[in-house]
Amino acid sequence: MVMTRRGVLTGAALIATLAAGIPAATAQDTIKVGVLHSLSGTMAISETTLKDVMLMLIEEQNKKGGLLGKKLEAVVVDPASNWPLFAEKARELIAQKKVSAVFGCWTSVSRKSVLPVFKELNNILFYPVQYEGEESERNVFYTGAAPNQQAIPAVDYLMSKDGGEVKRWVLAGTDYVYPRTTNKILEAYLLAKGVAKEDIMINYTPFGHSDWQTIVADIVKFGSAGKKTAVVSTINGDANVPFYKELANKGVKATDIPVVAFSVGEEELAGIDTTNLVGHLAAWNYFQSVKDPANAAFIKKWQEFTKNPKRVTNDPMEAHYIGFNMWVKAVEKAGTVDPDKVIAALPGTEAPNLTGGISKMLPNHHITKPVLIGEIKADGQFDVVWQTKGLVPGDAWTDYLEGSKDLEADWVGKKCGNFNTKTNKCGS
Amino acid sequence: MSKHANRSALASLALALLLVMGIAASPVRLAAQTLDAAFDRLAADSFSDTARAIDDLAASGAPQAESLIEALGARRLLADKATGTIAIQTPAGALLDARTGKPLASPPPGLAVVRINNRLRSAIDAALGTLAMVSPDRSKRLVAAEALFKSRKASDLAPLDKAIAAEKDDAVRSAFGKARSAIVLADDKQPLADRVAAVQSLAEWPDSDTLGFLRQVQASTQEPALKQSIETAAVAIEHRRQLLSGLQNVIYGLSLGSVLLLAAIGLAITFGVMGVINMAHGEMVMLGAYTTFVVQEGFRAFAPGAFDLSLPVAIPLAFIVAGTVGIAIERGIIRFLYGRPLETLLATWGVSLILQQVVRTAFGPTNREVGNPSYMSGAFDLYGISITWSRLWIIVFTLTVFFSLLFVLKRTRLGLEMRAVTQNRRMAASMGIRSARVDALTFGLGSGIAGIAGVALSQIDNVSPNLGQSYIVDSFMVVVFGGVGNLWGTLVSAFFLGIANKMLEPVAGAVLGKILILVLLILFIQKRPRGLFALKGRAVEA
Repeated sequence: MVMTRRGVLTGAALIATLAAGIPAATAQDTIKVGVLHSLSGTMAISETTLKDVMLMLIEEQNKKGGLLGKKLEAVVVDPASNWPLFAEKARELIAQKKVSAVFGCWTSVSRKSVLPVFKELNNILFYPVQYEGEESERNVFYTGAAPNQQAIPAVDYLMSKDGGEVKRWVLAGTDYVYPRTTNKILEAYLLAKGVAKEDIMINYTPFGHSDWQTIVADIVKFGSAGKKTAVVSTINGDANVPFYKELANKGVKATDIPVVAFSVGEEELAGIDTTNLVGHLAAWNYFQSVKDPANAAFIKKWQEFTKNPKRVTNDPMEAHYIGFNMWVKAVEKAGTVDPDKVIAALPGTEAPNLTGGISKMLPNHHITKPVLIGEIKADGQFDVVWQTKGLVPGDAWTDYLEGSKDLEADWVGKKCGNFNTKTNKCGS
Repeated sequence: MSKHANRSALASLALALLLVMGIAASPVRLAAQTLDAAFDRLAADSFSDTARAIDDLAASGAPQAESLIEALGARRLLADKATGTIAIQTPAGALLDARTGKPLASPPPGLAVVRINNRLRSAIDAALGTLAMVSPDRSKRLVAAEALFKSRKASDLAPLDKAIAAEKDDAVRSAFGKARSAIVLADDKQPLADRVAAVQSLAEWPDSDTLGFLRQVQASTQEPALKQSIETAAVAIEHRRQLLSGLQNVIYGLSLGSVLLLAAIGLAITFGVMGVINMAHGEMVMLGAYTTFVVQEGFRAFAPGAFDLSLPVAIPLAFIVAGTVGIAIERGIIRFLYGRPLETLLATWGVSLILQQVVRTAFGPTNREVGNPSYMSGAFDLYGISITWSRLWIIVFTLTVFFSLLFVLKRTRLGLEMRAVTQNRRMAASMGIRSARVDALTFGLGSGIAGIAGVALSQIDNVSPNLGQSYIVDSFMVVVFGGVGNLWGTLVSAFFLGIANKMLEPVAGAVLGKILILVLLILFIQKRPRGLFALKGRAVEA
């Protein structure tokens, strides 16, 4: 097909008018919020819940009168646990649906996949899951835990008297970026704390690993060297159920070899009989069992919204709760949903969390959160056995790795996500 | 329960009498004092106070100490900080005042479970061990022996010696003996000769707890003689385990192989015998697992006592559910696509996505809890190799299914018709076999067996809509490697792959091990495209 230059121009003009005209008309009625969570595929198990919680939060905000005098409208897309599709769907949300902000992603690889899109089209992503750190982007707000808000305090707890004064460590994880980076940080941290190299065992398994006989036997063998041993688990997703079933059946008790997990919450435990897992640990910034009026109200609303009186809540849900409320406040403060103005307004914004504190967005786009250690109870809930005195500020760049300990993220003063304090330059 | 109530009633009566008689500082009164102090500490609900309360309770000698500590460990002990009330919740749910033993008339609003953590759990086990070594209940004494072995308190030695002298049961006495050796070895005030002797007797228990304990003493002791004797004992245990690790890998490999075989066996029929590339095979497994879930929910709701029967009930139901769906798929879709493998592949893949989404909509995207019946829980020790019952039963179950299937194929009329139709459809049809009906039944049989596999896999894996996806690749791998159309080939290939995988895993790690297996498989298929046991003769062309 041959097209004249004029034809192309007219067409382009027409499209431009359409693009400018139609969304402008609808934008006056509603503010659109993108929800980018997998509703099918392997990650649906975790992410569907987050889609539902976003719908609930938006519905509630609308009941309160919406935002800036307009109603909010959720735009839900399904990236189907397919990492490249995340980028396509993000583009669709921003370029076609004209959303003002996006709440989404679970795995780090999906976040990495959408980053260029958010940079190019200049929009805002709220990322609600605990992750490996080593990143701070202008367009992303990290409402989940950085390693210093989950992994490091958990290890500190196990080293303490209450945690059992652990001397020997198994770092077991699924083979992808989050466990690998977290374990690298933890290994550096343990070595710095004087743990000998031969007292650390690192083990990786593929996604969906279901035969844990050899690894559990190895863990028991590693634990029979006469020193208190613990397992730090960054095992992710579906592999956890067979892992815990094997542990329970092999009789590995929490009083002998405790397992502290960073990716196992109330939702994951819902699929396991926990009677034999009592006492194994998880480190999070929120547990459903936390006694707090705001939490009680949230759980009640959630169970009403899902029409399921047994539906559980978990940590990433709380992260969306905090992130959404921060976004609402920042939009109100900026008086517009323009991404540049909202990004500028977000640092310093405060919103209550569900554990009785007020979380604050920091200049490095991470938030302050308390760190809680919970022990698994027989009913699949957690009993909080330890928590930090106050809120811990999220640190984007860990202090325990060469290369990232001199870096600092500051989007307010320095306008930079990786400012090197040694060379005083932006960019490592 | 009533025994405790009686005892505590007697104790309080005795206490009252003694008080009336004005006898001060009697043991009973002392017990009452430490008991009160323990109650106050429990009411504070801080971990350090609770730890001291456990020690006080254990040392008090009060008759109700054991039930109190037990309640604490089972999270049935409640306390109210404001009023200092301590209550025991009976398994039935009633609240008893722990101080008086009477039902609590008006529970204060602040009453909450006294929290425990792992450190306290160990302390509770140790305290119960001390208290229960003279229990009339044999199983309690065995648990106590294990707890004493783990806590190794020097103060337990004298009462333990008494308990050993009074013990009639051989197994318990032997377990007590192990605990005694551990206590002697752990206590550096004991004479060196006794401690060395303790090492010798502990060496007869080659489990990992003992090994860990020996290594721990070895690291802490200053006595060179003791260090030396521990080294000899520990090395002997380690050497023995090293020898056994080969056997362990084979057993774990058999177990993995049986899971692979179970998942693949249905596919060996639909793909191997019929030649249909059925991508929805994994979803048949998933349907079987969800059938188990539904059956168990039914048992939980209507007959919780007969929960152990849920699996025998689920097996035929899973066969029927998955088999019916299989027949529906064959009649509805596949029969129009015979001889067109690419279209079959795409169509069945579509079916698999539909089935997944249907289950996701009906049961939700999250994992469903499928419980292990008692005979599927726990593990047993075989010469130091720990094998879980669930895995052992799955091996037995898989072989049963395999041989039943072989019987159906070789010895029944249906099997004969199946073989006839797959070998030469037109000839079979002209002999009066209704080939369409046989196709449907064959597909239904393959699918039904996949459903049965789902019942077994629900015991060791997730029950989620994605369950089938994780097995489909492995299943095809097993069938292709074994040689399409040959059931024995499937059996050999599943066990070979399982054992090879488990042999490679300790050396190369789980990730690399799996990659290596796949690479080897590719090389093998290059050499022998028809798999281990290729069909020969005219069947090949059919």
